[in-house]
Amino acid sequence: MGLRRYLLTACLAALPLMAAQPAAAQGTIRIGMTAADIPLTNGQPDQGFEGNRFTGIPIFDSLTMWDLSSAERPSTILPGLATEWRVDANDRTRWIFTLRRGVRFHDGSEFNADAVVWNVRKVLDREAPHFDPRQVGVTATRMPTLRRAEKIDDYTVALITAQPDSLLPINLTNLFMASPAQWDRLRAAAPDAQGAWNAFAREPSGTGPFRLARLVPRERAELVRNDAYWGEKARAERIVLLPIPEANARTAALLSNQVDWIEAPAPDAIPQLRSRGMTITSNAQPHVWPWQPCFAEGSPLRDVRVRRAINLAIDREGLRTLLGGMMAVPVGTVPQGHPWWGNPSFAIRTDKAEARRLLAEAGYTAQRPLTLKVQISASGSGQMQPLPMNEYVQQQLREVGVNVEFDVIEWNALFTNWRNGCQHASARGVHAINVSFAAMDPFFAMVRFWDSRMAPPVSNNWGHFSDPRFDAMIAEARNAFEPAARDAALARLHAAGVDEALFIWIAHDVAPRAMSPRVRGYVQPQSWFVDLRLPYIQ
Amino acid sequence: MFFYLIRRILYAIPIALAVGLFCFMLVQIAPGDPINAIVPADAPGDVVEQVRRDYGLDKPLPVQFGIWLAKVVQGDLGRSLATGRTVWSDLSGAISNTLLLASVASILGFVLGCVLGGLAGTFRGSLIDRVAVGIAVAGVSVPHYWLGMVMVVLFSVQLNWLPAMGAGPGGSADWVWNWEHMQHLVLPAVTLAVIPMGIVTRTVRGIIAEIMNQEFVTALRGKGLTRAGIFIHVVKNAAPNALAVIGLQLGYLMGGSILVETVFSWPGTGLLLNNAIFQRDLPVLQGTILVLAMFFVGLNLLVDLVQTALDPRIKRA
Repeated sequence: MGLRRYLLTACLAALPLMAAQPAAAQGTIRIGMTAADIPLTNGQPDQGFEGNRFTGIPIFDSLTMWDLSSAERPSTILPGLATEWRVDANDRTRWIFTLRRGVRFHDGSEFNADAVVWNVRKVLDREAPHFDPRQVGVTATRMPTLRRAEKIDDYTVALITAQPDSLLPINLTNLFMASPAQWDRLRAAAPDAQGAWNAFAREPSGTGPFRLARLVPRERAELVRNDAYWGEKARAERIVLLPIPEANARTAALLSNQVDWIEAPAPDAIPQLRSRGMTITSNAQPHVWPWQPCFAEGSPLRDVRVRRAINLAIDREGLRTLLGGMMAVPVGTVPQGHPWWGNPSFAIRTDKAEARRLLAEAGYTAQRPLTLKVQISASGSGQMQPLPMNEYVQQQLREVGVNVEFDVIEWNALFTNWRNGCQHASARGVHAINVSFAAMDPFFAMVRFWDSRMAPPVSNNWGHFSDPRFDAMIAEARNAFEPAARDAALARLHAAGVDEALFIWIAHDVAPRAMSPRVRGYVQPQSWFVDLRLPYIQ
Repeated sequence: MFFYLIRRILYAIPIALAVGLFCFMLVQIAPGDPINAIVPADAPGDVVEQVRRDYGLDKPLPVQFGIWLAKVVQGDLGRSLATGRTVWSDLSGAISNTLLLASVASILGFVLGCVLGGLAGTFRGSLIDRVAVGIAVAGVSVPHYWLGMVMVVLFSVQLNWLPAMGAGPGGSADWVWNWEHMQHLVLPAVTLAVIPMGIVTRTVRGIIAEIMNQEFVTALRGKGLTRAGIFIHVVKNAAPNALAVIGLQLGYLMGGSILVETVFSWPGTGLLLNNAIFQRDLPVLQGTILVLAMFFVGLNLLVDLVQTALDPRIKRA
């Protein structure tokens, strides 16, 4: 064999090895977050789902986890630290979880049933020595029916709910498993439990694919790959998280090569980012940007004809153009093809003639025009571009004879008012409120808005919607323990919600991100979260 | 002098009380709820109320203020509602970062302001004067956050000469005085220096012009003193007032750089305050404003003392 042929053969033989290289690679990815601070690293992050995305899922694991491997299909749940689960046939408030064996926390201690019970107690048992009120707010709210955990054996636990709840496995993606051994070690040197949790936040120990290597509060967190991870290991060696709350500063940081990836670039910066060779990624995200109607006495939105008319009067494609393509056109809370879609009979579309007809039928004409008052914010986390978007909708509705007035308030105040409900004085007589929301699990997507028991102060049924049919459908979904039956019940609920036009669905966020072309392997799933094990730097 | 010093220090006590109370009331009056720093908006009502009780936010306002005050007297500024960290741990780092930025900006503003003001005052009515005054007016008129963004676009994005954000390649915790770190300081410091530069220029110009018209300058000139010799006398007379102005400016920069620190993600007190305001993180807000107010009081006192040292005609008693 001549030397040339030998080299060619050797190169061809090496090709598969080269193709497999990313698995063993590579590099440091620097990410500019929208958060103003590093999300908490104590195991239950704050800063909304951005916290779960960057310091929850990468450092810690949960019993059930989101499938974040595909951009094409809706994200569903997978076995995580639990390999299987079932509801107790004799007691439907009792779930049995079988735990994964051979998993170790970053500190080397073993993950087992005791760790699960300990982690449930940290947020639900006020008598537990490690109970942390700080973590309650961001955890208990996302698994509202869980009450306690019981160890059955080293690798089996029972989780007890307040009522039969088929949604528990989905909710459990929010309960991250922190290391009891690490906490105990730090507690010995801390004055109290809160001090131990603060120390734990500086030296966290989970079972996730990354370990925290360095934390400078308010400035940066550095995660390094956990080479002993129980699942598929991360490709990148290091992830650096930088809080850059200002959108222009994030864009400048990416363009000046200070970061490799930014969250939520400003829409008007996207052409410039593209022209400089940056990759813009987006995908349908379960992030709904609606007007939530008030159903109280005197609200014109009590009338389903009016709600339908408003839904029909908005040209959402125009809005998409306004946002540079960075939104998805909604046809309900979940998209067509989603397991909870349900094929409603009312089609959300643009049909101004039909909108005028419905308004006239409801008694609103040019002589007696409808005036709506909507409470909105000028900015806010997850609110996309609230002012131009709402003004666009205002113009659209004017074309069908609906006058819209805005009560613009600050984001924190809008949050507070959302909890108070539309009959509270803080609503100042508005007929709808514009608060975007996550719709990853059925409780957050539908139940909390459409269950009459979820009216304020219990949860986010801001509009005081109450209909026994919906309460019955929700109970049916909660009691359907076979996944297919549960999805079918949720699909009926969703279809009924769309038919009743229980929201004015205006836009779905698509979670735009901008990245340096050196970032490879990234997959943007249809989720709020991403799998940081996949991307690497070339 | 000693009793003057004691009296000024004692004056700081009612100021601290008033600042603390004012800040506390302001947050309570503003719409929104400090509980939002701890629980998400979709939290059920019972969880919200429980957390409110856990953090003592359900207590009557005078009680909440009293508890905070009692802790402050003991040197404890409390814990952040949002992060659980002690306010002091966040604040101490932020103060040193802001002090660094504000000092560099003040020195820059002071030096440029004195040079421009001195030239303008000396050559009043000339082209130099008009140019210097133009620069000064532009300095105080241009919104500094806008200037900051323009400089980022020019020097970071287009030319790639200077970093756009942050306080060093590894954060402020490992700050050292080398170019790798100092280059992060250039754009925010220049942005922040523009206003004090404008103010000092106008002040120094006015003082110099006034002094130049005084009789003792004519006398010095009549005695045959050189232009440089006269200038030294003029500067000595102008220094106390210029110093007072720059002292005040340093105080403003310590607390007033919210927008610039946000534009450059500079981890100082401005950014800390900005986040605390939006999160309604009351302990951080109160602690930061209190410390900044005390810094301002201390700085004024220091300026007074230095003024006295420079100009014995000023009596402090």
